[in-house]
Amino acid sequence: MIAPLRAVFLRDLRIAFRVGGGAGIGVVFFLALVTVIPFAVGPDLPLLARIGPAVLWIGALLASLLGLDRIFSADHEDGSLDVMLLAPAPLELIAAAKGAAHWVATGLPLVIAAPLLGLLLGLEPALLGAITLTLLLGTPALTFLGLVGAALAVALPRGGLLVAVLILPLTIPVLIFGVAATVGAAGGPVPFDMPLRLVGALSLVTFVIGPVAAAAAIRNIRD
Amino acid sequence: MAFYELANPHRFMTLARWLVPVCAAAAVALLAIGLVLGFRAPADYQQGETVRIMYIHVPAAWLGLGIYTLMAIAALGTLVWRHPLADVAAKAAAPIGAGFTLICLLTGALWGRPMWGAYWVWDARLTSMLVLFLLYLGILALWRAIEEPGQAGRAVAILTLVGLINVPIVKFSVDWWNTLHQPASVFRIDGPTIHPAILTPLLVMALGFAALFLALHLAAMRNEILRRRVRTLRLLAAAEAC
Amino acid sequence: MELGQHAGFIVAAYVAALVVLVLLALWVIVDHRLQRQAIAKLEAQGITRRSARATEDAR
Repeated sequence: MIAPLRAVFLRDLRIAFRVGGGAGIGVVFFLALVTVIPFAVGPDLPLLARIGPAVLWIGALLASLLGLDRIFSADHEDGSLDVMLLAPAPLELIAAAKGAAHWVATGLPLVIAAPLLGLLLGLEPALLGAITLTLLLGTPALTFLGLVGAALAVALPRGGLLVAVLILPLTIPVLIFGVAATVGAAGGPVPFDMPLRLVGALSLVTFVIGPVAAAAAIRNIRD
Repeated sequence: MAFYELANPHRFMTLARWLVPVCAAAAVALLAIGLVLGFRAPADYQQGETVRIMYIHVPAAWLGLGIYTLMAIAALGTLVWRHPLADVAAKAAAPIGAGFTLICLLTGALWGRPMWGAYWVWDARLTSMLVLFLLYLGILALWRAIEEPGQAGRAVAILTLVGLINVPIVKFSVDWWNTLHQPASVFRIDGPTIHPAILTPLLVMALGFAALFLALHLAAMRNEILRRRVRTLRLLAAAEAC
Repeated sequence: MELGQHAGFIVAAYVAALVVLVLLALWVIVDHRLQRQAIAKLEAQGITRRSARATEDAR
């Protein structure tokens, strides 16, 4: 059963890193967003530093969401989804494998880019480490929640924005605790470890709920 | 491909025909009584007359949450028990639930302006209701996006249940987040302490809203059944034309 | 009935609630008419449900 899962995982990774696959584009979007916001807000460095963690988290959220709608629709279009339904591995695990591949291809680059972008926003070094850690623990939650939205919108041609609309409210807790953990690392009344642990917990929970709901949604189209 | 027709709806339609006007009448009566009682009750010593807004704001919030719970139960009915009318009930409930949540948000803002000086405050309750409103909008969008009723019903059911799991998570996180950002001067954001003179009209208003929901919901379910009948007829017509 | 200094907000709140509820009621009523019209039009074209046709054939 491991073989088909690994096959799906590697396949999705390879597709993502090919031209037009979408692996690099998430980071570029992230960079574009982080660049645009200071233009709107003004070059006030203390202000940017204060909203820095929030900007990075929102950037990561949007960059994750915008790439998600293609997870299942590309397979639906070329028939691979039917093959996956017949595979010896349960659909839930296949969905999880695809999610994992998406995170490695899209989420992980965001995590790596975050400290560099944090410098653009004038974040102090301690915060850079903290934000990277919170994004590392939290971006999986964004990916696995996004799996559900992607699966629900699979057969729809204009699915992209719908997926974002459906998933955004559900990602709010991750956002809240992710930013809070980052800010907490700078000292102050908010602890660092409690929100960080909650972010981790949310990722674990969505790692289960996401693929299960996504598989149910995919089977739904078949009926 | 079988064009199937729900057998149950016949009995439902007959039931709805007399139940809708009865519920509507009950709603009008209850709301009238509730408002009279509400305006007879004493004004809050801190909030003055604006506490009258609470008679709409609080029951609307209860209904927004209650209707979502109803949709979640209907979702289980669709996915687990395959009840033929479950997804009809869910689809009919969504706009009404969104409406009550919107009423809660609007009246909350109009209550907040004289009370705390701002139309919107990011206090835990209002913010949670805003997130609930976003969930409703997502559900409404998904209903519109998928053409085939059965498939749409199951997709929305999945989304509703995922959303339901998230409701306590969101509530908890928003509460927690709100304690972080509590302003220095603390207003009684909880609202006035509820003493019986205020509690009774509040409950009556809630019942009135519930009766109103029932009337609207049953009528909307009836419409949805008719809408599916139209769809089936059109499909039949297209098939026969071949 | 005295509404105090914030009367405008109280009235606005009740009006807003009323507007939303009226819109919901209108939606239900108008939708009902639309569906009934659609069914009437289809049945005028001779397209009926199989169950209705079955009872016709049985006569």
